[in-house]
Amino acid sequence: MSILNKVGKYLAKNNVTVLFVILCLLAYHYSTFTLPTLFEELFIRIGRNTFLVLSLLIPIIAGLGLNFGIVIGAIAAQIAIFVVVLFGGSGFTGILWAVAICTPLAVFFGYLVGSLFNKMKGTEMIGGLVAGFFSDGIYQFIFLFMLGGVIVVNAPDLMIATGVGVRNIINLDGNLRQAIDNMPMINIIDAAFYAITAICAILIIFRLAKKRDLQIKKLLKAFLPVAILWAASWIPAVGAFMSAPRLLLLYAIEFGVAGAVIYQLWKIFASKVLDKNPELPKMRLVYMGVAGGVYAITFIPAMYEALSMVNLPVLTYLIIAALYMFIPWFMNTKLGQDMRTVGQDRAVATSSGINVNKVRIIAMIMSTVLASYGQIISLQNIGTVATYGSHIAVGLYSIAALLVGGASVQRATTKQAVLGIVLFHTMFILSANAGAQLLGNAQIGEFFRVFAAYGVIAVALAMHAWSRRKGGQTLGLPAATVVVPAKPPESGSK
Amino acid sequence: MDSIKRAVNSFGLPRVIILAFFVFLLGMAAFYDLGIPALLGDVIRRWGMFGILVLAMVPAIQSGIGPNFGVSIGIIGGLLGSLISIEMRDMGYFEATANPEVVSVIIALIFAIVFAGIFGFLYGLLLNRVKGSEMVVSTYVGFSMVALFNIMWLLLPFRSGTSIWPIAGEGLRTTISLADDFGGVFNDLLAFELGDMSVPTGLLLVFFLCCFLVWLFTQSRIGMMMRAAGSNPNFARAAGINVNKMRVLGTTLSTILGGIGIVAFAQSFGFLQLYNAPLMMGFTVVASVLVGGASVVNARIFNVLLGTFLFQGILTVAIPVANQMVPEGNLSEILRMIISNGIILYALSKSREATR
Repeated sequence: MSILNKVGKYLAKNNVTVLFVILCLLAYHYSTFTLPTLFEELFIRIGRNTFLVLSLLIPIIAGLGLNFGIVIGAIAAQIAIFVVVLFGGSGFTGILWAVAICTPLAVFFGYLVGSLFNKMKGTEMIGGLVAGFFSDGIYQFIFLFMLGGVIVVNAPDLMIATGVGVRNIINLDGNLRQAIDNMPMINIIDAAFYAITAICAILIIFRLAKKRDLQIKKLLKAFLPVAILWAASWIPAVGAFMSAPRLLLLYAIEFGVAGAVIYQLWKIFASKVLDKNPELPKMRLVYMGVAGGVYAITFIPAMYEALSMVNLPVLTYLIIAALYMFIPWFMNTKLGQDMRTVGQDRAVATSSGINVNKVRIIAMIMSTVLASYGQIISLQNIGTVATYGSHIAVGLYSIAALLVGGASVQRATTKQAVLGIVLFHTMFILSANAGAQLLGNAQIGEFFRVFAAYGVIAVALAMHAWSRRKGGQTLGLPAATVVVPAKPPESGSK
Repeated sequence: MDSIKRAVNSFGLPRVIILAFFVFLLGMAAFYDLGIPALLGDVIRRWGMFGILVLAMVPAIQSGIGPNFGVSIGIIGGLLGSLISIEMRDMGYFEATANPEVVSVIIALIFAIVFAGIFGFLYGLLLNRVKGSEMVVSTYVGFSMVALFNIMWLLLPFRSGTSIWPIAGEGLRTTISLADDFGGVFNDLLAFELGDMSVPTGLLLVFFLCCFLVWLFTQSRIGMMMRAAGSNPNFARAAGINVNKMRVLGTTLSTILGGIGIVAFAQSFGFLQLYNAPLMMGFTVVASVLVGGASVVNARIFNVLLGTFLFQGILTVAIPVANQMVPEGNLSEILRMIISNGIILYALSKSREATR
């Protein structure tokens, strides 16, 4: 009974997620998609959008709610890409240029939006939405009239035939298209090896000069795995395998499982033999069992077929993984803790000496910069920029995806982001086809997925406002009055 | 100097800028010799077209739910009413009547009020549960309704040849001509020409009548109670006013005005626009009333009259002027985005103390 209760509570708490799981299963059942085609499409979309969705997390934790203003970050990315294409940048260098150009832009935009949000505390979300539309207007004004109209741009490929205004579509073929996705693994490993060697060398020299403890063991732990990989890449067979830019999902899982098993075995070995720990390492065995289970799944014929269809762009997924690990790490730093405090209670934050306005602006800057990188990743994968369209839906679909994963206006984790992307995009891929099969009209499915995106956001916002009010009432105080004492020190920036 | 500053402050800096911009545009139009009277006629027509939709903001703001970004819900009610009226005309119900156009618009209005009233009531109940976040919730509830009705327009059993796609394709058309129904029924009523300037007298009369009725309502006992509930809920509660009920009343009224507004809009435009057309309407409408000097907690009829005139005036005059300066492009649409969203941002940033 208690288990049933728990399950019931879990389902009630994650109602949106559960509803989407059911929707996805139903859509899969009725659609003509097979598992391999679904997986192929799904993993393309995961690579495209995860970075963008992860860029939403920091403002949520800092109490700014869902950042509808990531559209502005996307705009920064598109400006940067336009400039790079205009000056003939291409390949990975072109991407680096785009990053170099969009970072200061995004920092500046993030600062502006953050400052604006400090003037509208409590209405940041509608403010972000409107600020996104406003920026879109300015962006269109610049791209349709200023460029060519006032600023002379000599690039017939990019401009409308009259010479005034940028074309609807910027084609990235031959310059930035999949420049991140197509980075060969061997180059990544080379770069990683040189980087870690340089870092270790610098640290050792620094510590020698300051006469500090060298901590060789720690350095080796980071250096050895990379060095072993690098050394292995010199074996001709391995090198040939690594010169490809993509990794079959099947291999990725096998490597992951092998890595996990080796790691656990090493830990067991270390605790049993080196530390002479008498306890049986139960958890480690469980982990190994799970890894074995995952490996076993790949032997199911349907799964095997699907997994051997999907090619992961390695560098893209590594970048996403890096951000995935960065955010929890960042939240444990001093600044991250400050953000958490500000997000929970601005009054407490102010009284403990945190500059609330500054922390909020930093959160907005980080989110905007990350969103601009996310848009670069997304656009280089798609290979074309819809000059006046690519940025518009970014906010809507990213936020909907995050909420589908079980996040709320105040709480969101990296895990929820990934789960949300998988579910939301599964629904997104299947809905048109399922609608066509079920109701004889593909358009219904297309409209349905837009409705689902808006509906999920509306429900999440309403639930948030509702629960906040309920919470305030049980305290016997309207929620807003709790915040009032914080006002005098806070309004210093006005 | 100080008195000028104070005057500017009380009028509001953005309004000074917008007014100056409007005058500048008119000057440019005169400079390019674009025919000011005809342009002014256009401005007046669009003033009447958007007027009632903007008027829908007044009960919403006064009852305390803030600018009603979800006015698209009322618009959908109005569209449903119009579609039913078309359907009834198609079945021949109005043939026997002396003036089928007038009957059709009245039927459209009645059904618009019924549907918008039902939607508005439910929407008001929802907004009572999300106090403090009405703006963002209403925006997304409005978006969701538009998206939901995108599906409904495909599925609803309308059969009139005017409304559905002729041969291929399913569901209702994206734009439906009102030429056989109530297109221009208000506009042509008592319309006259003043040189090049055509004045849609009937449309303006309907607009002013609605304004007068809303004003009358706000002066009535229940209207006063609603305003009290909006401006100071705690005080109103102490005085024995049921604040939640008043908010539902304000929301319902606002939604109904949205429904009436779109019927007036469509008859002037000559077409019903379905699917995503109402999606961003809420923003245009909210911006109009803010341009007129309203804030997110305070709005009067005067704000509606002034704001709609200025906002539509700029957009109307900007098109030919911009076409003279830059050969192509839809500057008007961009201008609408920048002005409407800029003014909303301004109002939000000023409302900090008020929303606390």
